[in-house]
Amino acid sequence: MNAIEIERLTKRFGTYAAVDDISFSVREGEIFGFLGPNGAGKTTTIRLITGVLTPDAGSVRIRGIDIHRHPIDAKMQMGVIPESSTVYGDLSPEQNLHLSGELYGMPRPLREERIDELLQKMGLSGQRKKPVRTLSKGMKQRVSIACAIIHRPAVLFLDEPTSGLDVQSRRLVIETIHQMNKEGSTIFLTTHNIDEANTLCRTVCIINRGKIVAQDRPEHLRRMFESTQSVEVSFSRPVQTTFFAGEGIVRAEACGEKWRIYTDNPDRIVKYLVHQAERESLAITSLAITGPSLEEAFVQLTECP
Amino acid sequence: MKAYPIFLRGIVTICRKNILLYYTKPPVLMFGILFPIFMFLAFFVGRDLDLILFFPGFLAMMLFFTSSSVGPLITPWEKREKTYERLLSYPLTPESIIFGDILAGAVFGLCIALIIWIGSTAFIPVTVLSPGLFLITALLGTFCCSALGALLASPASDSPPNVMIFSNLIRFPLIFISGIFVPLSQMQGLSLVLAYCSPLTYLVDLFNATISGTSYFSPVVDCAILMAVTGGCILLARFIQVRNLVRGL
Repeated sequence: MNAIEIERLTKRFGTYAAVDDISFSVREGEIFGFLGPNGAGKTTTIRLITGVLTPDAGSVRIRGIDIHRHPIDAKMQMGVIPESSTVYGDLSPEQNLHLSGELYGMPRPLREERIDELLQKMGLSGQRKKPVRTLSKGMKQRVSIACAIIHRPAVLFLDEPTSGLDVQSRRLVIETIHQMNKEGSTIFLTTHNIDEANTLCRTVCIINRGKIVAQDRPEHLRRMFESTQSVEVSFSRPVQTTFFAGEGIVRAEACGEKWRIYTDNPDRIVKYLVHQAERESLAITSLAITGPSLEEAFVQLTECP
Repeated sequence: MKAYPIFLRGIVTICRKNILLYYTKPPVLMFGILFPIFMFLAFFVGRDLDLILFFPGFLAMMLFFTSSSVGPLITPWEKREKTYERLLSYPLTPESIIFGDILAGAVFGLCIALIIWIGSTAFIPVTVLSPGLFLITALLGTFCCSALGALLASPASDSPPNVMIFSNLIRFPLIFISGIFVPLSQMQGLSLVLAYCSPLTYLVDLFNATISGTSYFSPVVDCAILMAVTGGCILLARFIQVRNLVRGL
């Protein structure tokens, strides 16, 4: 069964289509990455899927339940960590968790047991009675995540969950995502961090200007762009862009002291670089061929025509 | 799970959250409690007026300001603090949120009115002629004023000061046209027409009926109008709030 099914979803603001006729599905138990540049429609999509916004057309099913026809039943299945949203700063982590559990209909004894477990797991036991506003950003995000998973949701939505966090909090968030997934939750994750998507997600979907431009496994997406591998090279003294005017070079970019040369034939470019270096009495101080990256696939899929 | 208990549970939980978070917020204390007290003192002190005669109007004004001061603050405050989007993602209907806000305002109004009542009766020899009608008046009045507060919050974006200014722009004129300082029987022409349009008029009139035994309208008419205004405010608040749900997120 699919955990999430999106069919021909459309949302317009005036004449601007923020989400334009998109369809995709997320399998049960999957970690699904939803990527896109700023303004691509990620947050609007997640708001439509979580029932915060009503679509102009199309449908969203959470474990077979249409969220816009049966919002309560569908929302009981999921936990949401919105991008910019936070928890109540004047309440303590414990009070926030009680509120969240109550809204998900958890009876008090079950809630108390789960709150103790979550506060311990999130490293918040010492802060359980302090107002959330006095906690660090990382701790606030942990409270936010704990609120979303208190009822052990079948589907967990995270909108940029690690954005702006310190290393420890980021690790804890990623561990929690893995843990929830191990326990059977489907994870729907939007992120700007390509490395994160690459390592966490089994499937990634890329949205640009409200339309889905690709959906596949990260390794498949990378393979789609094999023609654009790159060669990184540095020399004993600086060179000019004209140095890289050889055949087969798509483009060359300076990255600090190194140059990154994009090409469809790295072997040929290496030979060319060695030959050029010999001719100009330069020493090659480092040379590496890098395969196609998800980042490159992302850039190519989302760059302006 | 059945929809009915979920709906009720949502209302109670939202109300409890609002009580914990908003009762002590400065705009609520200022415009809900201090302002009506100073307003009344400004009109009363130094004048040779009958306190017992003005007491029903004072009680109605307190109930009106306290009950309608919580509602306008909640949604804009939550939007500004970025907690509203999370609230919308919980298994709640917009109606649960609106009723939860109204209930929180009503409970606040009733508690403050009770304190005022107990405090005042220690100094003023006020007697209630009809305790049953007094209770109905207090309940109807507080829910009506709280629903009006929820309506005033509906066009809200994420700016509590703007909403408080807007709500005070509506609330302040009402105290001058609702028979609090000038009895309805002494009004005529346009001022009387305006008084008919204010829900506060019917609340003042009901308190007059229960405390002094004299009223301009029949208590049944007052109750019916307050109920109609409450229903109208709730329906309109729901309509506007659903339209503006994600504004300012």
